[in-house]
Amino acid sequence: MTRLAVPKTYKLYIGGKFPRSESGRVYEVASASGSFLANAAQASRKDARDAVAAARAAVGGWSGTTAYNRGQVLYRIAELLEGRRAQFVSEVADAEGVTTAAATAQVDTAIDRWVWYAGWADKYAQVAGNGNPVAGPYFNISVPEPTGVVAVIAPQDSSLLGFVSALAPALVAGNTVVIVASQSMPLPAISLSEVLATSDVPGGVVNILTGSPAEIAPWLASHADVNAIDLVGAGDLDWVALQIDAAETLKRVLAPENGPDAAAPALSRITAFTETKTVWHTKGLL
Amino acid sequence: MTFLDYAPAPESRSILDLRSDYGLFIDGEWRAGRGTPFASISPATEEHIASIASANEADVDAAVSAARRAYEKTWSRMSGADRGKYLFRIARLVQERARELAVAESLDNGKPIKESRDVDVPLVAAWFFYYAGWADKLDHAGLGAAPSALGVAAQVIPWNFPLLMLAWKIAPALAAGNTVVLKPAETTPLTALLFADIVRQAGLPAGVVNIITGAGETGAALVAHPDVDKVAFTGSTAVGRAIAKTVAGTHKRLTLELGGKAANIVFDDAPIDQAVEGIVNGIFFNQGHVCCAGSRLLVQESIHDEVVDRLKDRLSTLRLGDPLDKNTDIGAINSREQLDRIRELSAVGEAEGAERWTAECAIPDNGFWFAPTIFTNVSTSSRIAREEIFGPVLSVLTFRTPAEAIAKANNTPYGLSAGIWSDKGSRILAVADQLRAGVVWANTFNRFDPASPFGGYKESGYGREGGVHGLAAYLKPGSSALAAPATRSQKAARKGAAK
Repeated sequence: MTRLAVPKTYKLYIGGKFPRSESGRVYEVASASGSFLANAAQASRKDARDAVAAARAAVGGWSGTTAYNRGQVLYRIAELLEGRRAQFVSEVADAEGVTTAAATAQVDTAIDRWVWYAGWADKYAQVAGNGNPVAGPYFNISVPEPTGVVAVIAPQDSSLLGFVSALAPALVAGNTVVIVASQSMPLPAISLSEVLATSDVPGGVVNILTGSPAEIAPWLASHADVNAIDLVGAGDLDWVALQIDAAETLKRVLAPENGPDAAAPALSRITAFTETKTVWHTKGLL
Repeated sequence: MTFLDYAPAPESRSILDLRSDYGLFIDGEWRAGRGTPFASISPATEEHIASIASANEADVDAAVSAARRAYEKTWSRMSGADRGKYLFRIARLVQERARELAVAESLDNGKPIKESRDVDVPLVAAWFFYYAGWADKLDHAGLGAAPSALGVAAQVIPWNFPLLMLAWKIAPALAAGNTVVLKPAETTPLTALLFADIVRQAGLPAGVVNIITGAGETGAALVAHPDVDKVAFTGSTAVGRAIAKTVAGTHKRLTLELGGKAANIVFDDAPIDQAVEGIVNGIFFNQGHVCCAGSRLLVQESIHDEVVDRLKDRLSTLRLGDPLDKNTDIGAINSREQLDRIRELSAVGEAEGAERWTAECAIPDNGFWFAPTIFTNVSTSSRIAREEIFGPVLSVLTFRTPAEAIAKANNTPYGLSAGIWSDKGSRILAVADQLRAGVVWANTFNRFDPASPFGGYKESGYGREGGVHGLAAYLKPGSSALAAPATRSQKAARKGAAK
């Protein structure tokens, strides 16, 4: 007799907890071949606002950790993901309808991506910062600092790697994130929240919403407590309207990217969500 | 005359050889504008200085076309070394004509000659000198090998530091290999038009620098022009928002340097004499027409009375009057419109319960003037504690603990600058870490240098001007800047995806 499986209820990830959508809505997620996989939460405007509030509350703690510590926490994500490799391979294969080999490669690349970005945490400031030789008796230094709360519309055609590629760089500098997963392939992203929750990532640092990016994105783009928005996966939305919404509060905006190289690993994805702070101090012997 | 009075010491205007009217500087030549010309006046006397052409959409198009041609045919093909030599020439020409430029700036803008002579114009030369040296060293800008220029840059600048803002915009743009169309502010076009003559003297190829004058519509047409690759704007947050909306969805790169409401934090262990000078410099420099002005004084409660008393004493010695007088500390407000805004917000401050103190000084009969003013007993919710006044008006608030100072300092949608006064190094560094502002001055204020990046957090805009960061704002990364080499699993993922 074959054992009857126990399916998982996929929920949102907000403030370190796993709530259902306050709206009570779910939508059916199907595999690439059309069979039922699960009901995912369909996040509402209020869920998005709760996520922003949780992200804002977490900025001080996360940006206040040492760069060494942040790097270790991000590396720990890779460690735990490695331990659950088989689960993610299976979820990615189900979601995307790719071969096990391709799903394995995607999961491995996602793990490696955490490792790559983890290593940047205590280095990017040295590459992006400067001591400035000003013409006067002043100590003058420029350092990058996290922008604050970053909203991300994850790539829609990649269930895990695209999600990780957009999420990881925003965390490196100490930003907190509200990220909207792929609408049609959200399950690996939600499972990733279980990894995040057990990886010493403080609650609220990453908040994951599933549902309709078209519905949620405008609230994030216009939210005054969101400092930046990464539209990498918003190519099929009216992203120009989102950019115009974002202009009202002068958010930093990254434009949509398409294709397999979307959100390719780059230092510029880290620095895009940083602010350069220049500190002057007088010098004097007395 | 008492011993504290000074005999008039006006800087001579004879060094100026102004024309009665100015056209548009497009493609290396002067052209008539097709819009309705307007007058530039001296804000100190309201006298007419010159008639200024106004560029309409066709003129904007002509300027952008000229910049595009110059970019394609000349400037983008020139070696970095040669571009740099042109910029060095400009730096030297600015130094040679420094007196003339300072007089013109004070005449047109209303700022004291000692500021235009000792701050604005020297920094203009320094800015060109600094970026000149970058032109043939772009490989070292941190953007990979052989980064490329963006193309045509549209630059719109404000009236508070007319020539200095021109330098902040044009120097890095040209060093990086872009060509520019620059629009100075409507009330202060004069030095930009004199700069056009420096461009001529430097022998810069035609069309590399184009200067067009006009009001807001001219600027709007310029940033909306489809053949522009880069927009750089310094000015109000409201206009910055509108520009961000205009360029949304386009390929145009954008940097915005907008408003501010900087906190100047004075701890009880601060060197008080220096702090008082710093507070005065922070908010009364350039009549407070400074986006990074220290307009909110946060003073520790225990020294509030002492600091305010000393401030009042110090302000009572400032001399307000003729901007061209070498003894003048406070010049004219730049325009009637700005004066009205300062008066309105000051009235609001009084109505909301703050206590007003204004330095006693004789106000000239003509022109636009506002005596240095301090508001004490200001609540954090008052409009004069939240809105940018852009005038010689200081709002004083108090705090008890460093944490409270930080919270109050950050309690603003702006984030351009901040000041910290304390003798305790560890506290200064800890507070500087917590302030959400792009420039933090510790035991000094309002220092500027071409090597030092400047720009804001939050609604004070984005992008930096100055230093290598300011250069990067005009460059596309070189191909080798693509970061991570593909790992084994990535290569496999690509293979798998191809299946």
